[in-house]
Amino acid sequence: MKLTEQQIKDSPDARGHFGAYGGRFVSETLIDSLEHLESEYRRLREDPDFLARFNSDLADYVGRPTPLYHADRLSSELGGASIWLKREDLCHTGAHKVNNTIGQALLAKFLGKPRVIAETGAGQHGVATATVAARLGLKCKIYMGAEDVRRQAVNVYRMKLLGAEVEAVEGGTRTLKDAMNEALRDWVTNVDDTFYIIGTVAGPHPYPMMVRDFQSVIGRETRQQCLEKNGALPDALVACVGGGSNAIGLFHPFLGDESVAMYGVEAGGYGIESGQHAAPLSAGRPGVLHGNRTYLMEDEYGQISGTHSVSAGLDYPGVGPEHSWLKDIGRVNYVSVTDDEAMDGFRRLTAVEGIMPALETAHAIAWAIKLAPQMRPDQSIVINLSGRGDKDMDTVARMDNIEVEGR
Amino acid sequence: MSRIEQRLTALGEQRRKGLIPYITAGDPNTGETLRIMHSLVASGADLIELGVPFSDPMADGPVIQRACERALANGCTSRDVLEVVRRFRETDTETPVVLMGYLNPVEAMGYEAFAENAAQAGVDGVLMVDLPPEEAGEVVPWFRAQGLDLIFLISPTTSDERIRRMGEHSSGYVYYVSLKGVTGSASIDAGAVEERVAHIRELTELPVGVGFGIRDAETAGAIGRVSDAIIVGSVIVDCIGRHPEGGDSLHQALKSLVKPLRDSLDTP
Ligand SMILES: Cc1ncc(COP(=O)(O)O)c(C=O)c1O
Repeated sequence: MKLTEQQIKDSPDARGHFGAYGGRFVSETLIDSLEHLESEYRRLREDPDFLARFNSDLADYVGRPTPLYHADRLSSELGGASIWLKREDLCHTGAHKVNNTIGQALLAKFLGKPRVIAETGAGQHGVATATVAARLGLKCKIYMGAEDVRRQAVNVYRMKLLGAEVEAVEGGTRTLKDAMNEALRDWVTNVDDTFYIIGTVAGPHPYPMMVRDFQSVIGRETRQQCLEKNGALPDALVACVGGGSNAIGLFHPFLGDESVAMYGVEAGGYGIESGQHAAPLSAGRPGVLHGNRTYLMEDEYGQISGTHSVSAGLDYPGVGPEHSWLKDIGRVNYVSVTDDEAMDGFRRLTAVEGIMPALETAHAIAWAIKLAPQMRPDQSIVINLSGRGDKDMDTVARMDNIEVEGR
Repeated sequence: MSRIEQRLTALGEQRRKGLIPYITAGDPNTGETLRIMHSLVASGADLIELGVPFSDPMADGPVIQRACERALANGCTSRDVLEVVRRFRETDTETPVVLMGYLNPVEAMGYEAFAENAAQAGVDGVLMVDLPPEEAGEVVPWFRAQGLDLIFLISPTTSDERIRRMGEHSSGYVYYVSLKGVTGSASIDAGAVEERVAHIRELTELPVGVGFGIRDAETAGAIGRVSDAIIVGSVIVDCIGRHPEGGDSLHQALKSLVKPLRDSLDTP
């Protein structure tokens, strides 16, 4: 379906709704802070000082613009559309997450909050938050599910080196959703001096809008780079979807371009039919969690289900509300690939292009590997290479039954 | 007049303060929940807030989180919670019961079906922690149609405009969350509560219940003097958690916890 400029501008509406999704479903104690955050954000995003600082940080600290790289060998091996990689893995700290943390930490600074907190799954958002907190001299506490602390040990150590306190959350399923519950509890308690830096386009309004705005730099650059390098817009965009921040960042500036097809790739885990996955858009239904209405994985009684994915960053039972809306109106195709397919994608990109993607990102690669041969050689695909795979060495080595020495 | 209104009006006429204990349904099991409800009434409870367990209780501290986990591990569903209320009503038709929980389990059943089933079971009111009045437009008519009171939380930072808006949507009572934090947090400042409750009374005619942070008889008395009712949750849920075997020892322990709260409220 074609989206008009006006529809894009009106999403979200004044109350944070994307169609039937989004909104602000939180306990009363947070409402006032969210209203304040929203009005301050709306003011600051027009403020020349704030914008100048944000843009110079993106350029000189993050290293933007990130390159748009032509994956020549992969393209010719697949024998279809030519494949381009938007290299968010080259951002400082190794993933797109930092685009958003730079923005929110600056907000915290402008609002005079001395302390920031964040939830993290793979640890990338935690590392990005700890990094900007160190740089801005903010106190920092990171909540991480105990299960994720185990599988992303390197990132836990990085956060600690950066001066953050890391709390392993033992409640619930001990993954990202529980880390988010705990961060929300911290925020309710310390709302006067604390800024909650949410790591994806989820949570109560204004977070999904704010995080999307900060991440949209990915799509704006991609658009310009495609026009410069190819003289044309891409035919398809592919991105992995956990909460959905790297995907919306790439997609959003293209929503009005009818010719651009979009694929959001969810974590299919052991396969959708196994029930052991993290693909709410592919196999869930609408409900309310973490402050917004969106597609969720839940049982018939509305209890949130446990999820499974080989990648900690996609292991979340919900998804940003804007994606739920884009699914319902048919603007974006949401698909899934299994753990095994993602691992194949990881190995293929590593072997053919010398680029080792994060396991989250490997889901997008795996889908593009299926998509490209069905397209013509004069067509092009941009994959959001959301992060690098260094943090996943332990996981991959374990699958190969190899103990990585020195730890 | 709803059962909640009747009860709170009667208390007001007697110049007495309401005691509202909170427990999580299904912890340690639904049979025990039913017995706990009766014994709370016997110890002086005026109204019962019955928690509907949820997998992600983000406004609750560790005590109620663990209770939710235990209840869900026992397989307690929202249907089972309604069944507990139905059985409670077989012998107690006077004590109001308010379901307290999160929106998603209600949505999963469907607003219309939930409202109908709850009213049939004998529920009097519903409080959904993550449903602010701005998002309640779709829910309110279904609950109204079944004569269920919808109760909202007011926090130390709720604006006057929003308190008025809650007044329009809600009935029964309003629940003043006396501190910034999750359930079971540190104790509260009666002086600050008094000021705030006085202000809330200027904006709504509904009775004001105060909860979060009331852990002992002394605080109960102090808060009771400046409000219409007190809500006590975590200390009771904690007591239940320490008696997983249920039975007599649990009921004795609950009695020695709740009685002093009642006495303190009744001491002018
Ligand atoms: C490299 C990378 N890509 C993607 C994600 C998933 O998040 P989102 O869907 O918000 O982009 C993560 C999350 O940790 C990540 O580290």
